[in-house]
Amino acid sequence: MASAPQSHRKLRFHILRYNPAKADDEPRIQTYELEEAPGMTLFIALTEIREKQDPSLQFDFVCRAGICGSCGMMINGRPSLACRSVTQSFPDDIWLAPLPVFELIGDLSVNTGKWMRGMSEKLETWVHMKQEELDFKRIEAPMDPALAEEIYELDRCIECGCCVAGCGTARMREDFVGAVALNKIARFRLDPRDDRTDEDFYELVGDDNGVFGCMSLLGCHDVCPKQLPLQTQIAFLRRKMVAQGTKG
Amino acid sequence: MKIVHTDVLVIGGGLAGLRLAIGAKRRGHDAIILSLVPAKRSHSKAAQGGMQASLGNVAKGQGDNEDVHFEDTVRGSDWGADQEVVRMFVNTAPKAVRELAAWGVPWSRVRKGDRTVIINGQKVTITERDEAQGLVAQRDFGGTKKWRTCYAADGTGHAMINAVADQAIADSIPVHERMEALALIHDGNRCYGAVVRDLITGEVSAYVATATAVCTGGAGRVYRTTTNAVICEGIGHALALETGASALGNMEAIQFHPTGIFPAGILVTEGCRGDGGLLKDVDGHRFMPDYEPEKKELASRDVVSRRMEEHIKKGKGHQSRFGTHLWLDITLLGEKHIHTNLREVWDICHYFLGVDPVKEMIPVRPAQHYTMGGVRTDASGQSPTLKGLFSAGEASCWDMHGFNRLGGNSVAETVVAGMIVGESVADYCDAIANAPTVPMGLVREFVEREQAKLAQFTKAGGKEDASVIKGEMQDLMTAKVGIFRTGADLEEAVDKLQKLLVRSRAIGLRSPTLGANPELVTAYRVQRMLKVALTVAYGAAVRTESRGAHFREDHPRRNDAEWLKRTLATWKGESDTLPTLAYEPLDVGRMELPPGWRGYGAKDYLDHPDTPARQQAVEAIRAQHANDRFAMQAALMPYEHLLPPVLRGRNERIDEKF
Repeated sequence: MASAPQSHRKLRFHILRYNPAKADDEPRIQTYELEEAPGMTLFIALTEIREKQDPSLQFDFVCRAGICGSCGMMINGRPSLACRSVTQSFPDDIWLAPLPVFELIGDLSVNTGKWMRGMSEKLETWVHMKQEELDFKRIEAPMDPALAEEIYELDRCIECGCCVAGCGTARMREDFVGAVALNKIARFRLDPRDDRTDEDFYELVGDDNGVFGCMSLLGCHDVCPKQLPLQTQIAFLRRKMVAQGTKG
Repeated sequence: MKIVHTDVLVIGGGLAGLRLAIGAKRRGHDAIILSLVPAKRSHSKAAQGGMQASLGNVAKGQGDNEDVHFEDTVRGSDWGADQEVVRMFVNTAPKAVRELAAWGVPWSRVRKGDRTVIINGQKVTITERDEAQGLVAQRDFGGTKKWRTCYAADGTGHAMINAVADQAIADSIPVHERMEALALIHDGNRCYGAVVRDLITGEVSAYVATATAVCTGGAGRVYRTTTNAVICEGIGHALALETGASALGNMEAIQFHPTGIFPAGILVTEGCRGDGGLLKDVDGHRFMPDYEPEKKELASRDVVSRRMEEHIKKGKGHQSRFGTHLWLDITLLGEKHIHTNLREVWDICHYFLGVDPVKEMIPVRPAQHYTMGGVRTDASGQSPTLKGLFSAGEASCWDMHGFNRLGGNSVAETVVAGMIVGESVADYCDAIANAPTVPMGLVREFVEREQAKLAQFTKAGGKEDASVIKGEMQDLMTAKVGIFRTGADLEEAVDKLQKLLVRSRAIGLRSPTLGANPELVTAYRVQRMLKVALTVAYGAAVRTESRGAHFREDHPRRNDAEWLKRTLATWKGESDTLPTLAYEPLDVGRMELPPGWRGYGAKDYLDHPDTPARQQAVEAIRAQHANDRFAMQAALMPYEHLLPPVLRGRNERIDEKF
């Protein structure tokens, strides 16, 4: 059976272009037109634009499945993961810009990796083990199943940077650690395998670049693509850090 | 010329590379990891359902041990695996899970008492033992006799790489991100490091190292429809191949995962079926029991994928506007289970399909998923033909997967191989004799050669378009080198791939700059990908049998008499358009588990002439040591000497207390 030719929308992608490596380059908006296809994501659209229209366009995708956190960008003004944003949910005009705060590599590509590594080094975001020499031939230490689920919940962070891009404090305070870091501290604080105490955590986040810098605007919570409970975690951590700080 | 010196150069920042680097660093050797992307964004992250290790904590895992895991893995491989390596692997996997537990992986844990699970479409009550409370839990996966797959909900790889990447940061191991290796520096006998390009600045430099490890993952992107991340382009395979000295093993062994969502090809975990999900056809009929009465949905992946395609060929697929697919039904698992243990699956269905898997079925069709073949290594992880070159994880052919790997065995291999090969690399660096007297002229020669190749793209005015060639290659591989293969299709694919390779030598750029330039990256990668694709297609064309995931419609039987051997592909000359194939026989006389029926899939196969005698010898040894499984194993096939001393030793279990 012959079906009528489907007519698809003409989408207009307005993309903030700038290559800081080119001495004479100026930031500008460049517009690309593309015919929408069923099930089209921004991953599919941007790949097609690069292959067919402009091979110099820079952006980052890795998993294209919403799990690796590479493709955070400003989509119609809101930090989101491009790979799982379907064009269907947007009007004909789609505005794309790189995430703010992070170092710009070019066009839509920003260096979140460098920022995250710096944050991890500064806040020591790893389990500080009670014992260095464990015998892995022996049965593992038990853990409360509900606690393991709680830790996993916070461990789902993909370090995409959307929370930092959506953060009021981060725009004013260059060294603010961001919700990503506060969530990690909350995660390690929960973990019985980490022997750090609130005194140690206070040293890491008990100041205006840490949990006390948060103005509770909670853009982070609203834009987190993994729906992490950032609001609760930051509030809880702040209470604990206040308690620690007022111990004298 | 910029030169960076290090003891160990690890190419690839996924789980295998990270764990290998940690092992070498803890033995006192400096390691640098090169990664195309930030380490935590590597494709290891995409492993969902879990990691096999025979802990035997859950009730349905009772009685599990290394022996059962070993047999499942060898059967899964269709006897293509190196059985000594499988032994090394199964004995180390429990230690790996426990190490990761100590490093912070939030493994899902056992709750004691009754719980309801779905088995074979029915609700069943299982009682977990009191002494298992809080220990690492296991779920069911395909091709396994016991519930053995340890998991952190369905974000297992994610949780693992978080922990391991954080340990690498704790150990101050630098990860040079957005850096790509263009060539291995070698003199035909020994590897001295790599020529490396900075993807941000375009700068080309040399990394000179005592030991170099290729841990670059799979080559799925030579196919159009794949679950693999966009960075899984087989470049590490190509680096090894282009040395002309190191070989790629069994590249024709490509796994297709039964449940890629349709049409995007994004993976939903085998855990869906392990936890009780069913495959259904256009009529809503559960068809797998018709084909595989024993294992049903949980036969090995190669078998389930073939049965699905077979069923589609019978006209039982659902027609959608994108093409034909089948259904995965997990609605019977219930909302709570899906929102706790299959939440990434829920996310994927929600965002990419607009489907709520709590209420609706998921459209699925098999998609390329895993590269069993890779850089051929010995049991220590070193290339037998290029000293100082190591490989671990999916990039390697170590070879524990043979012609089909079991679900949950790959993410397990990443860390286990990382642990083992990390020790080998450290041993190699310890040996004074290996201290490199680096031939600096050679290093310069390699750097200049790569720079000249890059300049060729920007200056020679070639007319071919890199992304067009790449697309043609991907379509060809999916259409002609897929689940069902024939001699005619494969010959056509080989012929066309050769033509594409020739065309790729005349690629020109529309945007001819040497700095950050995605078009330039596609250009030099596609030339390498075509060589890798040719090892797959040509190896498949020559192998006139069916084994594991390699299925020839014109040669449907496994043929041990002629094909119980590993394919070794090398690339001899720069102007060649085909790899050179050689074969390495597998010695039946040394096998702990001689070839036989897998317990699922086709029952007819041609025996190797040595099999009956070995079978008899094995039975005699088994009878002699019937009461002591460790003595029995040692008498059948000693392997422990192959393990680094720190990783030797038995594993404690609830039922095998120390």
